[in-house]
Amino acid sequence: MNVSQHMSDKARKHLKSRYAKERRFRFYGLSAVLFAIASLGWLLLSLFATGLTAFQEHYVTLEAEMTVSAFAPPDQRSVETLRIADYKSIVENAIEAKFPDVRTAGEKDLLFALISESGATDHLRKRVVRNPDIIGSKIVMTVPTSDQVDQLLKGHIDRNVPEARRQISDQQILWLDDLRARGAIKKKFNSILFFNPDSRDPELAGIASAAVGSVMIVIIAFILALPIGVGAAIYLDEFAPRNRLRDWVEININNLAAVPSIIFGLLGLAVFINIFGFQRSIPLVGGMVLALRAFPTIVIATRAALRSVSPAMVDGALSLGASHVQAVFQQKVPQAMPGILTGSIVSMALVLGETAPLLMIGMVAFVTEIPTTVTDPATALPVQIFLWSESPERAWSERTAAAILILLAILMTMNALAIWLRSRLGKRR
Amino acid sequence: MTDKIKFKCRNVRVQYGDLEALHGIDIDIADRGVTAFIGPSGCGKSTFLRAFNRMNETIGGAKFSGQILMDGEDIYDPSLDPVLLRARVGMVFQKPNPFPKSIYDNVAYGPRIHGLTETQAELDSLVEKSLRRAGLWEEVKDRLTEQGTDLSGGQQQRLVIARAIAISPEVILMDEPASALDPIATARLEALIEELKTRYCIIIVTHSMAQAARVSDKTAFFYEGDLIEYDDTEKIFTNPDNQRTQDYITGRTG
Repeated sequence: MNVSQHMSDKARKHLKSRYAKERRFRFYGLSAVLFAIASLGWLLLSLFATGLTAFQEHYVTLEAEMTVSAFAPPDQRSVETLRIADYKSIVENAIEAKFPDVRTAGEKDLLFALISESGATDHLRKRVVRNPDIIGSKIVMTVPTSDQVDQLLKGHIDRNVPEARRQISDQQILWLDDLRARGAIKKKFNSILFFNPDSRDPELAGIASAAVGSVMIVIIAFILALPIGVGAAIYLDEFAPRNRLRDWVEININNLAAVPSIIFGLLGLAVFINIFGFQRSIPLVGGMVLALRAFPTIVIATRAALRSVSPAMVDGALSLGASHVQAVFQQKVPQAMPGILTGSIVSMALVLGETAPLLMIGMVAFVTEIPTTVTDPATALPVQIFLWSESPERAWSERTAAAILILLAILMTMNALAIWLRSRLGKRR
Repeated sequence: MTDKIKFKCRNVRVQYGDLEALHGIDIDIADRGVTAFIGPSGCGKSTFLRAFNRMNETIGGAKFSGQILMDGEDIYDPSLDPVLLRARVGMVFQKPNPFPKSIYDNVAYGPRIHGLTETQAELDSLVEKSLRRAGLWEEVKDRLTEQGTDLSGGQQQRLVIARAIAISPEVILMDEPASALDPIATARLEALIEELKTRYCIIIVTHSMAQAARVSDKTAFFYEGDLIEYDDTEKIFTNPDNQRTQDYITGRTG
């Protein structure tokens, strides 16, 4: 019998080893994917575990006697004098009113340490400046607890460890439990985290100044980098004469995309700040520096998008007597738009997450005011995260993780928008 | 069929870099009727076709020499703008390439860029007339706002023809217009070419010998950059003078 060579034992063995190879490769691929998913999952899990509790904060409700003696006499009342009134004593009296038995100064200090001093006095100051008529009356105020109390109530500080090893004393814990039993302590959504600028006190620190700074930087970078990048890409691809110079420009744009971002910061420092004399720490310079960072990415994405448009479209327009510029701008660019937009959004996500160049141009300042113009000192979200991460206290690490979660959520939203735009505009073709 | 000559080509050479694709073609093309260019792949027939509307210039590195006279006027005269030449010499490509716009906008594109109409009503009637001439009006009159790319392949190719004739060209160049179509769509397209040839000078490049035999009045056979034989289609397909032509049309080469 003549057995086909494809049915011999040797052929079968060979086939078996081919399948084994395929199975091995699939296993490698699957392991790599699983490893990536596990790493991401672990990262998110640890962030959520640390940061999720920061979205709520404990507040204490007190009745404050707005004693007239704490303020300037009625005839001297102005915004300035109202600002410097003795709010601290009002707050002290308010908390002591809850515990009439506390007599000694040391105990009073411990009691006062339960609430956020700046939080409480700022709260009263704002209310009085807004409405001075409350002076002399009794008002109810809900103010943040101190970060130590907040952490204890969230269970992050173990009340069973020896007193010497925690910053909050047994006596304070007893008072707290008493306040809680009386319903004076509530857990609320932490709006401070979103609407406050940075602060020395973790319970009062928020991302608002950094977020506004980031928005300004992204907008400036977008306004500068998008037209220049898209224009450069269209010119290079369609109109530039094909010669050495063009190749050289092209290679250098690609190299620019690979330049470590801190170099852009150095450039910004040397050119924008030292030569042009812009201020340090302002979003305008940050936006300009990061526009340079985003520029090569936008050029590369735009050129890829332009090349994905069928040349038949340009031929069609040219064959109808359209000029080169008409063919490019009426047919090619509109069809490349989804790709251009996607590339731009991705590059803006890059800008939003960029930290190193901002450090170089001094955007690491401690900014306690929300910037209103692009020349106000500001910081950016990733830099804010960097700043907070340097503080060891539990309350700070909680906020750091929360800020990272917020940044990640924004970046994911931007990327989702890019994907959505691409599929939506792609479908309309 | 008049005997008026539309194009007089003398010693036409096209070079891509060091490679010469056409080695000096001399041919006269009649004003009305269909002229077919046939020949094996790479013989230069498409390159020659693209010389008539200077589309070769859009590819970097293509060099033209020789002379093509259109109604006695040199189309490679430096003072002649290729944009205006292409308005007079329309082109239909191998793969239907409607723009990703509405059917209406596809046809209206040419008239709009050349400013051929004054009012919306004029443009509407021009679009209708062009679609009617391309034999597409009845199929699309109720869905002019739909995407041109949503039509079937054969409809797309007729849309592209409507788009070309909307700017009233004198010549229509067709580069293997039926190669992406099924036999039924091809038959419709050929019937359309039959109608159009009374109004326009049509030059068609085709790989299908049968198609050339069916639609053309004159046939030119190209081989490796040379024009081997040019004569009445009937003569070429029944009794060619040249042995190479004979071999090609009988399927022995190519």
